[in-house]
Amino acid sequence: MATENAPQSMYRSEEGLGIWEHRGKVAAVGIGHSPTERRWDGSRDTSVGALSILALRKAMEDAGVTPDQVDGLVITPVTTTGAFWPEEDPLPWDVIKSYNQTDDPLDGIAKLSAEWLLKNMPELTNVKYTQYGPTCMSNALNVASQAVGDGLTNVCLVLKAWHNLPGRYYQSGPNAHDAIQGTSAIRTLWGAPACSGTALQFAEYCRKYGKTHDMMAPFMINSRRNGLMMPEGYWYQHRPEELTAEDYEYARWIAKPANLFDNDIPIMMAGAYLFATSERAKDMKQKPVYILNHASSEAIPRSLTPSLDEVEAETASTARKIYEGAGITAADLSFENMYDGFPQFHQFHIEGLGYRGIKFGEALDFYQTDISIEGPNPVSPSGGNIGAGRSRVWLHTDSIQQIQGRAGARAVTGVKPEIAVSGGPMPLGGNYTVWSATPD
Amino acid sequence: MSKQGVNPDELSQPFWDAANNNKLMIQNCITCDRLQHPPESECRDCENGELEWKEMSGKGKIYNYVVVYDCPVRMLQEDQPFNVAVVMLDEDPGIQMYSHLPGVPADEVPVGANVEVIFEKLPNGQNVPEWKISN
Repeated sequence: MATENAPQSMYRSEEGLGIWEHRGKVAAVGIGHSPTERRWDGSRDTSVGALSILALRKAMEDAGVTPDQVDGLVITPVTTTGAFWPEEDPLPWDVIKSYNQTDDPLDGIAKLSAEWLLKNMPELTNVKYTQYGPTCMSNALNVASQAVGDGLTNVCLVLKAWHNLPGRYYQSGPNAHDAIQGTSAIRTLWGAPACSGTALQFAEYCRKYGKTHDMMAPFMINSRRNGLMMPEGYWYQHRPEELTAEDYEYARWIAKPANLFDNDIPIMMAGAYLFATSERAKDMKQKPVYILNHASSEAIPRSLTPSLDEVEAETASTARKIYEGAGITAADLSFENMYDGFPQFHQFHIEGLGYRGIKFGEALDFYQTDISIEGPNPVSPSGGNIGAGRSRVWLHTDSIQQIQGRAGARAVTGVKPEIAVSGGPMPLGGNYTVWSATPD
Repeated sequence: MSKQGVNPDELSQPFWDAANNNKLMIQNCITCDRLQHPPESECRDCENGELEWKEMSGKGKIYNYVVVYDCPVRMLQEDQPFNVAVVMLDEDPGIQMYSHLPGVPADEVPVGANVEVIFEKLPNGQNVPEWKISN
């Protein structure tokens, strides 16, 4: 039977659920990343399928687990950065045929199924449980956490991969047509780019709280700095360039008040983790990082785009879910790795969390203080999508690595890395994980 | 502005038909007496209410805006930069509509100003609700 999306019951999306029933009984151990590339070069070894296999094998190796010990696989089947295979382009049959195929020729090229992975990773001989957690790694982590806790799998690989094809993203398909379908036209006919929703919220935020776009600069500079210490990331591997306040402030607008740097750079990559029961994890090669809770936001806006009121209500609700299920408070967080692509909503996430006691409208002032990895209030030590490219993976990788003591030059030194939260993407509609050095 | 044409589908047909008659109609749940936009196949609140289409006054306020410099829609790229404003309806400020605010220079959008609906003909003959600043 083909792998299906996880049932809604696997997500903890309500307040009042109490402590997560599997708190501390599930752990992340292994991490695996493929190299990053800006776009696919068309070759077999850099296809999204190839990168995924590489990341999964690295995660097993990192954990010291043999493939036959793995009994679960949770992935996100969507791999697009916004680029879809052009209808008029011939399929890359030489690459497609070089792998074991499924019924869909674009499987492993512009999408990814669990079946394709299992056909092309014959060493995974004991996988009994497969599930999809679309569309971000954050979703897949929540599903994997719940699956391991529920006993559906004991040693589970979790994967998110991205393909990025030549050409400007979102400029093909309906956006290139002379006419579009009526229901989608109600949202898209005016030509607002993807960042516009967040830019609208940021504009309202600035008006309400008397803030300005340039106040984002310290956060952006800090994120790039941290990202340049993330060896797995795109900017580290391909463009080791620091970002200055001038670079940021004078960048061209995309949808003012969002400029070029207020958009993350689409890339190709795959990231994988190995999850296990805490009991199994304790004998693996790396230190287990225990999962205290996972939580989800399923809110949708009343109309076309979320208002600031809707954003603030939902981030506050999400924080209550995160803390309640983990049995912690904001004061317990050593650091935060909330999502940042788009960066103009990172402040919504951390204000909702009440990170370091900040309240609504205070995050941009907080950014003017020491938010570095060396200080007492580290913000986004992973560098996030801003510092490492669009993967929605770095935030989780960094949280695990920091707690395992494997973050290298990026290690937080102003705090002891004991409990962290990561997740996203959007303030309305996201998934979050609480990580801990200890199970209790 | 060189907008794309629109091909109404089953769900949105009443909205676009009304626009062709220079009327602004929004979907409403009779059970909840609650407007929803964009239209959906069921009420988002009660999930089983009977839906109707209600004519609006065509008056609203500018809630927010961005200025688009890098548009993904090819037909609009020659008009960059341009405003994309969010209008909230007087009948229910929670209901939003987008507008290019014809005649308002880019980045000179008066947030909070009163606006009223006008109807713009698209290249394929379909009317679309647009908005202008009220006197």
